[in-house]
Amino acid sequence: MSALSWILILPLAGALLLAIIRNLQWAGWLNVLISTATFIATLALAFTVVEEGVLLSGLFRVDDFNVYLLVLTAFVGMTTTIFSRPYMQHVCDSGRINHRGMRLYHSMFQTFMFTMLLALSTDNLGVLWVSVEGATLATVLLVSLYRTPEAIEAAWKYFILCGVGISLALFGTVLMYSAAQHVIADPAAGLSWSTLYGVASQLEPSIMSLAFVFLLVGYGTKIGLVPMHQWLPDAHSEGPTPMSAVLSGLLLNVALYAVVRLKMLVDGSLAATASPHLAGNLLMGFGLLSFIVAGLFLHRQRDIKRMFSYSSIEHMGLMTFAFGLGGPLATFGALLHMLVHSLTKSAIFITVGHATHIAGTQSIDHIRGLIRTQPAVGWGLLLGVAAIAGFPPFGVFTSEFLLLTATMQSQPWLTLVLLTGLAVAFAGLFRHLHPMVYGPVPEGQQPVSANMLPVAVHLGLVLWLGLSIPDFLARWLDRATELITGVHLL
Amino acid sequence: MSLGELPFLQQLTLVLAAVVLFTSFALLEQARLVAAIHAFAWQGLLVAMVTAIVAASGGYPHLFFSAALTLGLKVLLIPWMLHRLVHRLQLDRHREPLRRPALITMAALALVIFSYWLVLPLVQQELLFTRNIVAVSLAVVLIGLLMMVIRAQAVVQVLGFMSIENGLFLAAVSATGGMPLVVELGVAFDVLVAMVLFGVFFFQISESIDSLDVDRLNSLTERAEEES
Repeated sequence: MSALSWILILPLAGALLLAIIRNLQWAGWLNVLISTATFIATLALAFTVVEEGVLLSGLFRVDDFNVYLLVLTAFVGMTTTIFSRPYMQHVCDSGRINHRGMRLYHSMFQTFMFTMLLALSTDNLGVLWVSVEGATLATVLLVSLYRTPEAIEAAWKYFILCGVGISLALFGTVLMYSAAQHVIADPAAGLSWSTLYGVASQLEPSIMSLAFVFLLVGYGTKIGLVPMHQWLPDAHSEGPTPMSAVLSGLLLNVALYAVVRLKMLVDGSLAATASPHLAGNLLMGFGLLSFIVAGLFLHRQRDIKRMFSYSSIEHMGLMTFAFGLGGPLATFGALLHMLVHSLTKSAIFITVGHATHIAGTQSIDHIRGLIRTQPAVGWGLLLGVAAIAGFPPFGVFTSEFLLLTATMQSQPWLTLVLLTGLAVAFAGLFRHLHPMVYGPVPEGQQPVSANMLPVAVHLGLVLWLGLSIPDFLARWLDRATELITGVHLL
Repeated sequence: MSLGELPFLQQLTLVLAAVVLFTSFALLEQARLVAAIHAFAWQGLLVAMVTAIVAASGGYPHLFFSAALTLGLKVLLIPWMLHRLVHRLQLDRHREPLRRPALITMAALALVIFSYWLVLPLVQQELLFTRNIVAVSLAVVLIGLLMMVIRAQAVVQVLGFMSIENGLFLAAVSATGGMPLVVELGVAFDVLVAMVLFGVFFFQISESIDSLDVDRLNSLTERAEEES
């Protein structure tokens, strides 16, 4: 069997198996094992694609753009399961969830991974929609896992907002399909991205731009673009921490990936009309708005996980803006930013999970003196936030620098807005961070058994990417840039 | 070409689509939960009939399967599940009168007009026939949205959600002759799973706040955090 089929079969089989295994010890290890195997399969797939070029087979298409996201998704999935095995055991021992809850967690985690990997590898826009909706369904019960009134409220909000949002995306998909039917003879191929991309210039521009508005609002809900972001801080703060790590690190990326793919189709269709940059301008507007609003909201947060979910909205806004800006430099920067943001943000959520166990609360006001209670967690949080705020020498600095340079080239005035936004977000993060890491240690605060290995690996990778991007990765991203913009950078 | 010159089956489809829109209004204004579920089932039946007629007139054999799928899922299974849930939650006699019905009807009308305006770009491309149905289905989607915004009862919100799905399905059938089979099955599967999850949530919510009035789920706002 090919690597691609393993990537999809492993998590699906894992989901079914983990639903019936009663021994929680085994289930935890099996979860790690399946995710590791999936990661190895994505690596094998990546080698195939690098050597043989685009892989097209039936419903699937793997090229340089999505294969790098596949590897990233499987990698973060793997490190999250390594973290979540002892973490969820701790949650279970403390009585917050029962055995059934644990089984649900393990099974739904793998279902979620399956939907993510399917969404990334499929070539069919309809299957893409089905799997993104499937990701909502897989995670919604996890958000309400703790069964507190807040968790149930967050899950309901998540369900309704994302469900409605994504149904607008289906309307957009239907419109796109109807535009395709005037061009493509075989109706079954009308949702194939590869086929549509080949005939993009013949697709009716008026229908395509109408479709794109629906698609952007739909998938934009999942990216967490303001003003459709309301579900995101709630779902992140009330769900279990491993879930927050994969929601922020992976789900938002996949939704953004979908929007970028669709933008490529719309750009092709609108190229010859009076407004060729309509899709890009829409992305820039939504992205910039999310970036600014989320940066401001960072300042008034009381809940540590809520705060970092606003930070995710801010970064997704920045990436959306960069993809909207277009051009090879901005696109390269955005692709790199997707990578470093996922790694850093999932590392931060893992650290935050340990920090909340140490302090016994998620309230920022009551988390104090982490560095003295448990230096590993304190330093992890400090370095993670330094990385996400864009400090050199971490990789986020590199990608943000590239984005700023690209903005300076094409929209000089917006550089000021971006710099202000970055400064506001930086202040918002550090005013809360400083007392949490250094403040006086509350009485009786004890260290917990923390597994900081995933955090160290993630932050190490981000540091490496900041110091020097390895040649093969740079070429890889460059090929993806060429695929998206038609021009290569290096 | 005027509507009267269309072939008989297409005229019939248009009439049925118009009735679908009418059931959307009926759904929007229903006070009793059980009556609302019935209105939803009628809407599903009409959508299934439109699908079957399009299949017969346009020569899309796979649409017969979609029609059967809609009939099974939206007319029988989901209304049955909702009935059972409402019964188990003892909401059979629950009434939820609409506040400001006149204003809401006007808003829904405005949405219908807006939908017709939005599909005007299709004018050069499509037949008069398709454009009308796309406008109707967009209106059904938007009225479903409106319903979810103004109604705070969880069961009614789910009905709004499901009627949005009906609108989307109608659009797919009329504008494109149905999506490819694998997509249609995927969507149907997602809808079914969503319905099961909604059922789970009804119980979780009613356990949590002792009612299904989701307006009371309001602890997670930015302002509440400041006060606490």
